[in-house]
Amino acid sequence: MAGLADRLRGDGPDLDILGRRRLWYGLSLALLVLSLAGLLGRGLNLGVEFTGGSVFTFTSASATVERVREAAAGAIRGSGDGQVIVQRTGAHGWRVTTGLTSGDRQSDERVEHVRRAIAERLGLPPGEIGVQVIGASWGGRVTERAALGLAVLLAAVIGYLSFAFEWRMALAAVAALGHDLVVTAGVYAWTGFEVTPATLLGFLTILGYSLYDAVVVFDMIKEVTARLGSTGKMTYTQAANRALNATLVRSLNTTLVAILPVASILFIGTTLLGAGTLRDLSLALFVGMIVGTYSSLCVATPLLAALKEREPRYAALARRVAGRDRALAGAGRSAGPATTAHKRRKRQS
Amino acid sequence: MASPPKSPSRTRRGPGRILLVLPAIMLVMAAPIVQQRAFVPRYGLDLAGGTTVTLSPVTPDGSRPSRESLDQAVEIIRDRVNGSGISDAETVRSGDTIVVTVPGRGRQEVLELVGTTAELRFRQVLAVAPARADAAGAPTPSGTPAASARPAALPHPSGGPVPGPSPTAPASAGPRASPGAQRDDPLAGLDLTGIEPALVEEFRRVDCSARARGQGVPDDPGARIVACSQDGSSRYILDRAAVRGTDVRNATPAVDPATGEWYVSAEFTDAGAAAFARVTGRITGLPEPRNRLAVVLDGVVVSAPAIREPVVGGSARIGGDFTRESATRLARQLRYGALPLRFERGTVEEISSTLGADQLRGGLIAGGLGLLAVVGYAMLYYRGLGLVAVSGLVVAALLTYLSVALLSAYAGFRLSLPHIVGLIVSIGVTADSFIVYFERIRDGLRAGRPLHVAVETGWRRARRTILVADAVTLIAAVTLYLLAVGGVAGFAFAMGLTTLIDLAVVFLFTKPLLTVLARVRFFAEGHRLSGLGRPRRTAAGARPAPRGT
Repeated sequence: MAGLADRLRGDGPDLDILGRRRLWYGLSLALLVLSLAGLLGRGLNLGVEFTGGSVFTFTSASATVERVREAAAGAIRGSGDGQVIVQRTGAHGWRVTTGLTSGDRQSDERVEHVRRAIAERLGLPPGEIGVQVIGASWGGRVTERAALGLAVLLAAVIGYLSFAFEWRMALAAVAALGHDLVVTAGVYAWTGFEVTPATLLGFLTILGYSLYDAVVVFDMIKEVTARLGSTGKMTYTQAANRALNATLVRSLNTTLVAILPVASILFIGTTLLGAGTLRDLSLALFVGMIVGTYSSLCVATPLLAALKEREPRYAALARRVAGRDRALAGAGRSAGPATTAHKRRKRQS
Repeated sequence: MASPPKSPSRTRRGPGRILLVLPAIMLVMAAPIVQQRAFVPRYGLDLAGGTTVTLSPVTPDGSRPSRESLDQAVEIIRDRVNGSGISDAETVRSGDTIVVTVPGRGRQEVLELVGTTAELRFRQVLAVAPARADAAGAPTPSGTPAASARPAALPHPSGGPVPGPSPTAPASAGPRASPGAQRDDPLAGLDLTGIEPALVEEFRRVDCSARARGQGVPDDPGARIVACSQDGSSRYILDRAAVRGTDVRNATPAVDPATGEWYVSAEFTDAGAAAFARVTGRITGLPEPRNRLAVVLDGVVVSAPAIREPVVGGSARIGGDFTRESATRLARQLRYGALPLRFERGTVEEISSTLGADQLRGGLIAGGLGLLAVVGYAMLYYRGLGLVAVSGLVVAALLTYLSVALLSAYAGFRLSLPHIVGLIVSIGVTADSFIVYFERIRDGLRAGRPLHVAVETGWRRARRTILVADAVTLIAAVTLYLLAVGGVAGFAFAMGLTTLIDLAVVFLFTKPLLTVLARVRFFAEGHRLSGLGRPRRTAAGARPAPRGT
C-alpha cells in the first residue's frame, strides 16, 4: 500500500476534485439548464441540409456580395421562389443558399437556370460553380439515422463497459456523455452556429471521445480501489480522487493533443475554405472535447463515487474512515474534519 | 508482478525481433503498391470534383425497404449508369440509401441517368434494321446477356423448343431483296407503311453503336418510338405500349428440362393478361417483323421475340439466347419494372474540380499542421520520450498511407474529405496511447523503480487501459459505419482503421522500442533531456515497491 500511495503522491497534482463535488454538480446543473433553455428558447440554427434547398459554391476574386445576390435573386425571382443567402467563405469563396429543392425535372431546370445566371453575371464557366441540392425530407432521414446510431452506440457501450468494468461505471460514463451532448448542443443554440450533418457526425464522435476519456480515468480508479476495503484508511471517494489526480496529467495532455489537430482543421476550415464539412465537423469536435474533458473529470467520477458510496461495503468503509478521522483529529488537534487523511499525511511528512 | 529481466542476453533478442515485424508488414504492403505504381490514392468526388446523387427509397407505408430490393436497385442503376458509357462511375448502397458518384460530369447528365424511374413496356415491333448501314451484312449475335438476336416466344402451355423463324437478326430485319445492293440505304425494302415520316427519319439517323442510347429517358407509352437493342446491334421502330411493367404480376427464370435452355416465365395481372392476349392475338398473323413483341426497359429493347400464337393463359414464356444470369436479370426487370423501389433524391451535389482541389489542399494542410502541433507538444513535454512518440506517429502515418494506397488500388477505396478529417482526428487517439504508457512509466520511476523495470510494469497497466479505450473507439467506429448516412461512413472507416493501426504501433513498435531504449545510457540514467529524469523526491519510493497485480 505504501508503494502505491507514494507512487500516486510523487510529483503529480494533488487536487481535491471530488471534495468539491457540490460545486461541479451545481456548475453542470447550471450548464444543463442554460443549454436546455437555449435549445427550447432559441432552437438550433439548422443548415440547408435539414431544411432542404440548394447551395451554389464558387470562387471569384472580383465578385461582391451585391452582385452575387443580384444575380441569384434575379434568377430565382424568375422561377418564383423566395429567399437567397449569400455568404463569403475563405479568401475568394462564395456560397449562395436558396430554397430551390430537387425532385422533378422542372425543379432541376430551375436550379440549372440559377447556376447559369450566376455564371453569366460573374463571368465564370458554369462548370466552375458547384451545386448541391438537398431534398426536403433528407434532413429528417439524416436525423433519424443519427438518433438510431446514438441509441445503438449507447447500448453497445453500456454493454461493453458493464462487461469490462461494472454497470455503475457504465452508467456514470453514459450520464457524463448525455451531459456533454446537451451542453454542446446548448453551445450551438446560444452561439447560433449552423448545424449540418457534419455537425451531427461531430456530436457522435464526441461520444466516442468522451467515453474514451472516462474509460481511462475509470481504469485507474478500478486499480486504486481494488484493495481498498482491507486497510480502512481511505473512503471510496478519497481513493477515486487519488485516481483522478493520477490521471489528471494524462487527461489534460490527451485533451491538448487531441484538440491540437482539431484546432488546426478548424483554423484551416475557417480561414481557407470557409463553410463546409471541415469547419462544421471540427467546430463540433472542438466544443465537445473541451466539455468532454471537463465531464470525465468533474461529472463522471463524482457520479461514480456517489453510486459506489451507496454500496454497503463502501458505506461501512466511509464510516470507519470517519471514525478514524475524528480520533486522529482529537489526538492531533491540527486537522479539521473536512481535510482528507491523504492531505494530512502529506503535511506530516 | 514485475520481475526484472533475469538474463539480458535472453530478453534482448525478444523486443528486437518484434521490432522487425512492422517493417516486414510494411514491406509486404508496399510491394504491390510499387508494382502497380499506385502511389497516389484515388480521390473521392469531394476532392476530385464530380457529381454525387444520393437516392432514398420511398415505400408506401414508410417501412424499411428490404436489403434484397435495395441491392437489386443498386444493380439496375449501376447497369443504367455504366451502360451509358460514363466511365468510372460508382453506384453503391450506403445504409438504406443509394449513392451514385460520377467524377467530372455535369449534374444534368447524371440526373437524367439515375433520377428518372422508367417503366417496362411491351411494344409491337413495326420495323427493325441492323444498327448501322455498314454493319448490315454481319451483325453477329453477340454473347451479351439477354441478347435479342435470336428471340423466340412461345405460349406458355405449349412448352418445348420450337425453332424460331428468325435465326439471326439480319434475316429478321425485314424482307430485303439484296443486302449488298442496299448498302447505301439500310431502310430500303423495309415495310414502313403507316409510320410517320418524322419517326422514319429518326430511325434512319439513330446510331445504336454509340453507347449513349437514351437509357433513363422515359419513353412515352402513348407514342411510337425509335429504340435500340441492348447490345447495340439492331434498331427498331416500336408501336405504342401495349402492356406495361405494372401489368406483370410475377416473372421467374426457368430452365427447359428438355433442352436445358434458359427462359423467363412471366405471369400477368388480369388486366395485363387481357391486354397481352389482345396484342399477341393481333400481331401473331402479321409478317416479320411486325409479329414481334419488344420488351422495352429504360427505352432499350431487351428482347423482341416473335409471337407465333396468341397468349391467352395469363402467362408467357419468353425464350432467347439466355444464360442463367441474363434470364435472372430479365425476370427481375419484368418483376420490378425499372427499379424495385421508388426513390426520391436526397441530395445532389456537384463539386467543381477547383473546389475539390481546394478541399484536398485544405485537408492536407490541416493534417500537416495538426501533426506538427502534436509533434511539437510531444517534444516539449516528453523531451527524449517525445522522440519515441514522434517516431511512433511517423510509423502510424506510414502504415495509414500504405493502407489507404493499398485499399485504393485493390478495393476501390476513394479518399474523401471525411476520411481525411477522420485520419487527422485520430492523430490524437494515437498520441494518447503513448501518453497513457509514458505516464505509467513515469509513475513507476517516481516509485523508484529502475527504468527497465518501469518500462515493463508500466506496460502491463497501460496495455489494459489502451485495449479497453481502443475497444470503445472501435465500437463507436463500427456503429457509425454501419448506421451511417453519406460522409459519416467515411469518417467512421478512417477512425476504425487508425484505431487498429494504433494498436499495431503500440504493441509492435512503441513497447519493444522502449524496452530496447531502456538499456541505452541516455535514457536509463535519466538524462535531463531524456524525458525520464528521475523525480527529485524519490526517498519515499526508493524502497522496493510491493504490490500485487
